Amino acid sequence: MAASENIIASLRQVTKAFGNGVQALGPIDLHIARGEFLSLLGPSGCGKSTALRIVAGLLTPSTGTLHWNGARPRLSFVFQDPTLMPWATAQENVRLPLDLGGVPRSEADTRADAALARLGLNGFGAAYPRALSGGMRMRVSIARALVAEPQVLLMDEPFAALDEPTRERLNEDLLHLWREVGVTIVFVTHSVYESAFLSTRVVVLSPRPGRIAAEIAIGAHERNTAWRLSPEFASEARRVSAALRQNSEAA
Amino acid sequence: MKPARFAAVLLPLALGAAVLALWEMLVQIYAVPRYVLPAPSLIFTTFVGEFSSLMASVWTTFRITLEAFLLAVITGVAGAIVLSQNRVAEMALSPYAVALQVSPIFAIAPLVVIWIGYERIELALLLLAWLAAFFPILSNVTAGLKSVDHNLLDLFRLHGASRLQTLWRLRLPSALPHLLAAMKISGGLALIGTIVAEFAAGSGTATGLGWRILEAGHRLQIARQFAALFAVIGLGLAIYFALTLLEHLVLRHWHDSATRREA
Ligand SMILES: Nc1ncnc2c1ncn2[C@@H]1O[C@H](COP(=O)(O)OP(=O)(O)OP(=O)(O)O)[C@@H](O)[C@H]1O
Ligand SMILES: [Mg+2]
Repeated sequence: MAASENIIASLRQVTKAFGNGVQALGPIDLHIARGEFLSLLGPSGCGKSTALRIVAGLLTPSTGTLHWNGARPRLSFVFQDPTLMPWATAQENVRLPLDLGGVPRSEADTRADAALARLGLNGFGAAYPRALSGGMRMRVSIARALVAEPQVLLMDEPFAALDEPTRERLNEDLLHLWREVGVTIVFVTHSVYESAFLSTRVVVLSPRPGRIAAEIAIGAHERNTAWRLSPEFASEARRVSAALRQNSEAA
Repeated sequence: MKPARFAAVLLPLALGAAVLALWEMLVQIYAVPRYVLPAPSLIFTTFVGEFSSLMASVWTTFRITLEAFLLAVITGVAGAIVLSQNRVAEMALSPYAVALQVSPIFAIAPLVVIWIGYERIELALLLLAWLAAFFPILSNVTAGLKSVDHNLLDLFRLHGASRLQTLWRLRLPSALPHLLAAMKISGGLALIGTIVAEFAAGSGTATGLGWRILEAGHRLQIARQFAALFAVIGLGLAIYFALTLLEHLVLRHWHDSATRREA
């Protein structure tokens, strides 16, 4: 698939068992290529979040290794829930990674405001999370992930809790950012359509413990509303859907 | 004022007035002796007649209560930080903290008064009131420091936060609602602790409200006793409402219990 010099991270024979004996994941072999938009798709409980947390370094594999090609790049993580600090304004929330990294206050403010603006949240910097809608909170959360200028962006079902129109808007915003910034994205979802629309590659996991059941490369398209409505998109989505169904029936 | 809020003020006042009226009436009808149950009108005249000396006692009790309360907040938060950062300390100390907490303050008070001595009676009162107010702060803030959103904790970790940064920017703010709730409990307990300690001290060197209640009781001046009792209740209510206001002001931006959704 991707040329080997483009591989930035490799999971080799990674498994994860939790203390309570639950075999959550693997073994899986997964390579992440620079600049790709990789979706992890699979049934609930198959270990998608576990895999993503292993990539983030928030969990250590029980067996197997996570290998970064070169130094570990800057990572950002977007959780399923916005996960904002309720006592802090939108701007303070977005600024957090910079504050923790010791970036001077004025520079941090400028960058946080720019990140908010990029997600269409101009003028909401002083708002507290509870005064924002669910979609706006999610955008604050994405702005916080982007402000650190990550090389790899890990997203765990970031849009699962949102209504359809908001989700579609944020999908397009995300694609726009991906093209503009050139970040590598690993995106967990259980929506076939979302994965087919967003990704360059979909990895389908089997039911728990998740193993790689199928890999589907999505052809290079201009990913816009026209494509979403096109027969080509429908056929890509069918391929992904078939792979998912086949693998859950096999289990 | 909105109708609902108006009712919230008016209803308790109306109820209180009705109870007082009934009380007054029953005392008059049955000619209850004033050394058993004085009429509200007598308590009121006593209250007004002794207003300035009563206020001096209120001030004495309030000062000790406030000092003990502030001390409890500072030491409680500091203790909670130590316990939350250090598992060994937590394991070693928690059982003793609980043991001290369940020891009735009334039983400890005479001992503490003897140990510290009548010549430093205010210190003894302070210590006892602190003891009463300290544990709710300690246990609630300890729980608060641990009840951090796990994803936020992961986020801090991912961005390389130090222990101190995590404490200051995440754990302490997360514990703030717990602290403010505990302060409302501890404010009242500090007052009760002060009064109990004054009872235990029982001497004329401490002239707070507790001592007044005790003295008036010895002399069967029940109206004076009631006047002091009402002063205690008034003080307790004032402390409670002040702390509720503080809680509201601090949390108005973020905590659900402090926010009312716009209709
Ligand atoms: N901290 C944990 N301790 C014990 N078991 C866990 C833990 N985290 C996850 N698991 C278990 O591991 C399995 C995989 O969990 P994971 O969260 O990775 O699934 P998922 O694919 O992300 O599911 P979903 O789509 O529902 O989010 C589940 O069976 C879950 O119960
Ligand atoms: Mg998950």
